[in-house]
Amino acid sequence: MSDLPDGVVRREFDGIERLATKGEPVYGEPTDGEWRAWNPDRSKLGAMLELGLDTGLVGGETVLYLGAAAGTTASHVADFAGPTYGVEFAARPARDLLDAAEPRGNLFPLLKDARKPETYAHVVEPVDVIVQDVATRGQAKVATANATFLREDGRLLMAVKARSEDVTRDPGDVFEDVLEELESTYEILETRRLAPHHDDHLGIVATPR
Amino acid sequence: MTGTSNPAGAGWFDGLDPGDVEAAVGAVTDGEADEPDEWPRLAVEAGYVDSADEYYDRLHEATMEAARREIHERERADDKQLIHAVRAMDDCERTANELAERVAEWAGTRYEDAGTGVDYARDLAAERGDTEASDPGEARLVALAERTAALADEADELRAYVEETTPSVAPNLAAMAGPVLAARLISLTGGLDTLARKPSSTVQVLGAEDALFAHLRGAAPSPKHGIIFTHEYVRGTHPDQRGSAARALAGKLTIAARVDHYSGERKPELDAELDERIATIRGNADGADDGSDRGGDGS
Ligand SMILES: C[S@@+](CC[C@H](N)C(=O)[O-])C[C@H]1O[C@@H](n2cnc3c(N)ncnc32)[C@H](O)[C@@H]1O
Repeated sequence: MSDLPDGVVRREFDGIERLATKGEPVYGEPTDGEWRAWNPDRSKLGAMLELGLDTGLVGGETVLYLGAAAGTTASHVADFAGPTYGVEFAARPARDLLDAAEPRGNLFPLLKDARKPETYAHVVEPVDVIVQDVATRGQAKVATANATFLREDGRLLMAVKARSEDVTRDPGDVFEDVLEELESTYEILETRRLAPHHDDHLGIVATPR
Repeated sequence: MTGTSNPAGAGWFDGLDPGDVEAAVGAVTDGEADEPDEWPRLAVEAGYVDSADEYYDRLHEATMEAARREIHERERADDKQLIHAVRAMDDCERTANELAERVAEWAGTRYEDAGTGVDYARDLAAERGDTEASDPGEARLVALAERTAALADEADELRAYVEETTPSVAPNLAAMAGPVLAARLISLTGGLDTLARKPSSTVQVLGAEDALFAHLRGAAPSPKHGIIFTHEYVRGTHPDQRGSAARALAGKLTIAARVDHYSGERKPELDAELDERIATIRGNADGADDGSDRGGDGS
């Protein structure tokens, strides 16, 4: 089991040990003083940490988060990381993202399309980590297009949802294709299915070539 | 795109006056760059801020406001979708009712126990849909009943969509009028922007155009209320006070539409003011107030 980043701990909530970060609650998660439980069933990155993938996260890094949605995961990231840029293109979830970002001075909401990095490259600085959870068709393309933001020794922490690419194909085949497409830009360090937390999702840790 | 474009390769803060939040918001929204860069350091070097901490404070302020406006803008644009949906809902309901009448009439010639209405068409479709028809005529009748039921189902789906969407397009109007009546008001004027520009006297008689033209021709008294009559605050008020109730309701709905259009911020105090006003009007009539439920969505 790899180490958790600084700012993420295992802590008991109602007798059950769970991941937790320190910050304002966002989605009705259990809290204990300043700590808030991080639910791996609602967060791909939470599941990656829970399952012990070697994310390389140490805490305090600069993060570009693609697919921030309502800020469930992005808020936990902002709790332990440094400047966190949250890109989301749908207005509805972004409303909740604003609520999550309000008390977090290091979480910057960007209502942009992750397939068009040039529309936020004037705001986002080079980052140590890209977290990607966009769950739409063309997930490898999004990761490739955003590689320009990643520092040389940076990490891509990506969740691939098989059904977003093709509902009819075998998830294993879909993952293979995605990995192959990524390999032109990234070196794949580790992959792991995110079950039982998320069915038919693959967690990927990669670094720029 | 507006005029706030950055030259490619420059940060969002490039050329901005440090105190100008408006310009910063515009630059975040509309700017572009080919590549990321060390913006915090460059902003300090350019004298836009004194420190990285100050940079991130400014950035937080600008990105929050830019996102807030963008969300408001997009949700507002959903009003056109809403208009089509509420009109389609009415079309489906009306057509389903018409076809249900035809089904009932036809079925009456074949079955002793034939009923009426959409419910009967549903029953007929459910009952006979799976059994083989005794003759080609019955096959057509049952098929018609099935289509009638399907149309009625679509009307329900559309209503659910309207109920879900209206609160994000017009939160205050939806809360005050109920989502369906709110959508109808938007539909009658062609958009939230037009509704927000109407005087409350117009909002009061929206949907009563026929009665209004009759009045203008001198053929009828002036209508006191249009579609807002379906709201409990008008319908549930004693006839003697209905004119006042309609006026009060129209006044607050007008304000709600304006707030929704121009800021999009939810203001529960508007509902409370209306509740109070209606209670006073009703109190004048019968000396009692029961604080009746708001909402006109029985329609
Ligand atoms: C599975 S959800 C993300 C959940 C989130 N990561 C969490 O754990 O809290 C996927 C999100 O990605 C967003 N998304 C999909 N394609 C996108 C794109 N091209 N640009 C920006 N956001 C996108 C969707 O709108 C959706 O909100």
